[in-house]
Amino acid sequence: MEKVKSLEDLKRLREEALQKRQVKDQTGQKQVIVGMGTVGIAAGARETLKAILDFIEKENLSGVVVRQTGNIGMDSLEPIVQVVIGESPKVTYGKVNADVARRIMKEHIVGGQIVKDFMIE
Amino acid sequence: MRELALHLLDIAENSVSANARNIRIEVEEDAVADRLRMSVIDDGKGMDAEMVKKVIDPFVTSRTTRKVGLGIPLLKAAAEACQGGLTIQSIVGKGTRVDVEFQRSHIDRMPLGDLPSTLITLLIGSPEIHWIFQYCVDGHEFLFDDLAVKEELGDIPFSEPSILNFLREYLRENILTLQAVPGTI
Repeated sequence: MEKVKSLEDLKRLREEALQKRQVKDQTGQKQVIVGMGTVGIAAGARETLKAILDFIEKENLSGVVVRQTGNIGMDSLEPIVQVVIGESPKVTYGKVNADVARRIMKEHIVGGQIVKDFMIE
Repeated sequence: MRELALHLLDIAENSVSANARNIRIEVEEDAVADRLRMSVIDDGKGMDAEMVKKVIDPFVTSRTTRKVGLGIPLLKAAAEACQGGLTIQSIVGKGTRVDVEFQRSHIDRMPLGDLPSTLITLLIGSPEIHWIFQYCVDGHEFLFDDLAVKEELGDIPFSEPSILNFLREYLRENILTLQAVPGTI
């Protein structure tokens, strides 16, 4: 274990601990981001988002943050959906139509399992 | 895009990308004058004349420094095919205004489409923006200012199931009510 060398270090350690506690508090926050650039919209991103919102409403899922973002830059894979859960790295999905969106909500957001079939490496 | 509501979403997303803080969407149907007008007005970063030209017709300039989509040129072509047109007024640092107009009864005029879904997408997707939506059918008006809802909700986000349900029903009912006014198609 690292020795505490000075008051400055102590202060730093305390701040790190505080930060860790804050991070811990945020663990489990679920974010769904839908790409809403022109290509995304043309590919059906609005219906994808609608399916996500309908799922939240139907399943009475509280605490899911749903956002939009501009062009993600992978036109041929639109509509694109990204999922961030707590501290886990962002997972990006491509060709997400309404059916795939419902699967992502059910399996990833609720079940915690990445939907590998539609994940973009 | 086969719906005017999807084009509205596309234009409003441009306003979001331009860092607008207030975005106003207006849709007006006038059966007597036989016009359908839509406007998106924002206070984003705006564009210079060259950029506006490029947004309207991305093929007239050879500069490729900024990526420009095809949403606006396609909508302009659709409007012009229906005795209408599209104009963009923009001032750098002040904002942008996009106006598009159609002959309402024109056989090739795209359907208005799912306006409530477009609005919900914008409200949920970009909650930090102050949204105003005005829909007018033959003098009957529905005005939605999301500030009132946000004040009521405090820090509860739009994406909570009960709020989503409220927003969806509220927008749908008000828009459908206007569309059901006698004399409108």
